[in-house]
Amino acid sequence: MARIVGIDLGTTNSLVAYMDKGTPRVISTRHERAMVPSVVALTDNGLIVGDPAKEHLTRNPERTVYSVKRFMGKSLADVQGELAYFPYTLTEKGGVIRIQLGEKSYSPPQISAMILKELKLRAEAFLGESITKAVITVPAYFNDSQRQATKDAGMIAGLEVLRIINEPTAASLAYGLQKKTQGTIAVYDLGGGTFDISILKLKNGIFEVLATNGDTHLGGDDFDQLIADLLLKEIRAQQGLDLSTHSDHMQAVRLEAERAKIRLSEELKITVTLDLPDGQGRFTRELTRDQLEGLCSPLVERSLGPCRLALKDSGLNPTDIDEVVLVGGSTRMPLVRQRVQALFGKQPHCELNPDEVVALGAAVQADILSGGTTDMLLLDVTPLSLGIETMGGVMSSLIRRNTTIPASAKEMFTTYVDGQTGVDIHILQGERELAKDNRSLARFRLKVPPLPAGVPRIEVTFLIDANGILNVMAKDMRTGETQSIEVKPSYGLSDQEVERMIEDSFKFAADDVSARKVIEARLDAGALITTTEKSLADGGHLVSAEEVAKIRTALSALASAKEGTDPRAIRGRMADLEQAAKGLTVAMLDDSLKQGLQGKKISDVT
Amino acid sequence: MNGHIHNTDDRRELQMARSMCWHCQSEMAGEYFCDRCVKVQPVSKDLDYFTCFGLPRRLVIDTQVLESKFYELSRAFHPDFYQNKSDAEQSISLGNSAMLNTAYRTLRDPIQRAEYLLDLEAGSVKDIRTSPPADLFEEILELQETLDEFRESDRTSEHAARLRTKLHTDRTNLEERQRDMEARLQQLFSRWDALQDRGEATEQARAERTLILKDMRNILSNRTYVKNIVNDLVATIA
Repeated sequence: MARIVGIDLGTTNSLVAYMDKGTPRVISTRHERAMVPSVVALTDNGLIVGDPAKEHLTRNPERTVYSVKRFMGKSLADVQGELAYFPYTLTEKGGVIRIQLGEKSYSPPQISAMILKELKLRAEAFLGESITKAVITVPAYFNDSQRQATKDAGMIAGLEVLRIINEPTAASLAYGLQKKTQGTIAVYDLGGGTFDISILKLKNGIFEVLATNGDTHLGGDDFDQLIADLLLKEIRAQQGLDLSTHSDHMQAVRLEAERAKIRLSEELKITVTLDLPDGQGRFTRELTRDQLEGLCSPLVERSLGPCRLALKDSGLNPTDIDEVVLVGGSTRMPLVRQRVQALFGKQPHCELNPDEVVALGAAVQADILSGGTTDMLLLDVTPLSLGIETMGGVMSSLIRRNTTIPASAKEMFTTYVDGQTGVDIHILQGERELAKDNRSLARFRLKVPPLPAGVPRIEVTFLIDANGILNVMAKDMRTGETQSIEVKPSYGLSDQEVERMIEDSFKFAADDVSARKVIEARLDAGALITTTEKSLADGGHLVSAEEVAKIRTALSALASAKEGTDPRAIRGRMADLEQAAKGLTVAMLDDSLKQGLQGKKISDVT
Repeated sequence: MNGHIHNTDDRRELQMARSMCWHCQSEMAGEYFCDRCVKVQPVSKDLDYFTCFGLPRRLVIDTQVLESKFYELSRAFHPDFYQNKSDAEQSISLGNSAMLNTAYRTLRDPIQRAEYLLDLEAGSVKDIRTSPPADLFEEILELQETLDEFRESDRTSEHAARLRTKLHTDRTNLEERQRDMEARLQQLFSRWDALQDRGEATEQARAERTLILKDMRNILSNRTYVKNIVNDLVATIA
């Protein structure tokens, strides 16, 4: 089975990991660090992703997209309150947010797909094989629309998403694999934009999630924003300058706020420095850890509510938790560690790199799916109750939150009036009593044969699969016929839209194709260089010195072509080298035949 | 091997159909996997949750045994282990896993377990009580009035504070009632299990059985009623 990689698609950073002989590893090279900033910028040379795109945050803020994960599966109305903070333009089409970049607008799954593609290319270059399958992580508290949007992003990036897995549970897999822990653990995961708490029971290789809770809108970004707001207010008061009209400076303030936060995890006092626009000098200010903590304390407190709810839902007290594991870059903040320690009454574990552990866990899950790891099994839960709207606008719950997935519920529907040919069904997710207060997932119309009222019997099965994604099936109990249901997602892309985006991604991926050709040519060239050098070492004595010199010349020509970006040049030098080494290959084959090594394949000696 | 297919007894016919492997058509002796082709089999809809876990139909069960059996069957059915299999097997794995999770959730909780057993034994649907149990009638009527009054009151007033104190007392009383009912249920569970263990087929045993089921049903529905009232109360004064 083809290799499956594990991807942590984060709010601020993304990583890809793979399983290397039973050990998960993140992919990084000599030139590139493992973390790819989740930033996409439109430049004069087209779309760029990651570290180079991050440089455009202050240079080109209107055309540089960051924190796109916050918009996955959301409508514009959902994010109205924070629109002012983002320098790029957001619009909406068919319930899905669009991000304007130059002439074109992109849905959040399309932007995420660009990040995924970058990770895919990196994995391919590193592993030297084509990657088409992946496990992608999402916050445990993501709803169905947000999960579906993530799956769509994978498809647009040319990846078959074999599993959507929750970030804290992924972390527990990596943690459990390394520590061989048994007992009850709590995973506190505070990332760039989201917060999750999951409580798990680990026993004999089974990772059973007892309860999960969270806040999909609480993370490092929010801490940065508080610091940025403070700085902006002071600049306004002291210098009479309103930076909110300078989006480049707004981004500089945000980045400086982030840096201040990170530094204050190590130091007790730092100096914040900002250049003011139009040569108006520079703003400096001291910031202490105490001040930072005073500012951020309410946000940290907000994360404790979900922790208490998760404990309650799992029927446990803080003292029942054997170990607390910290995940996500924001858990580096000393205040977060203190508050978590106070709640659970024990020192949290943070031995594993909190930035990498989720990707590592995704790689472990990928290995389970490909049949490599067979002793571990994750039994996850659905974070939110699923139900349908009933008479009077009340939500009737079908699958309760924290139910182990896969989970299914069946409901029988009939008609109110004679000859009625359809029944409208509105699917909801959430914990509130009234339908309007919960998340609308989808609406669909059940087709019913025209019969007297109450006679039709349509059984609808709601099934939440192992990805936490809903599938709906309907069966006419009178005829036994199943009916396919066209579910129109309330806040998502339709299948046709995803199809079109996949096509589009091929169209404006002309650059990608050439990039891929270079990568593939380089990989092939590398392999040829290695085998030729081995042949020279093993069989160089079988041919003339002149021929050896000819091979060496062709080798160095290929090596320098490999450094370039022209795939045709690389292929050309490869052909030259093969030609030059032909004599050597024949001589080695003759030699091996002479020595009676008939069992060896030609490919082994060339 | 399909000689019995023409049996006129529908139920029997269905059972015969299910006892064949969907894949290789050979007769099934194994529980969840075909002995011959080793393919996973869909768990029959007629299989009750107790049988599914290999447990006797009792109300007091060893939860450790239940858990380890759940883990064992999860390893057998979970979609994670069917990623490389055919679509048919993946679909069976998904259906079986969902069923297994429901079964485990039902049997793990003593109340749900009892409700489920009642369902099996007496073919009853869950009785949803809409009026208070007789012995609680006065008390609950009064409580509803206090709740209404509290909802309409100015929360900062002294009157509201008095009502809140009263509601707290009511809550404590009702929770005690709920615990009483649970203790009585526990006794009924033990009596039921003892009766099943004896396995007598006498008239007297049959009568006792009917009586236990009837009592259980009453207390279960009263308990649900009280529990809902308490939830409502807690939500109101929170």
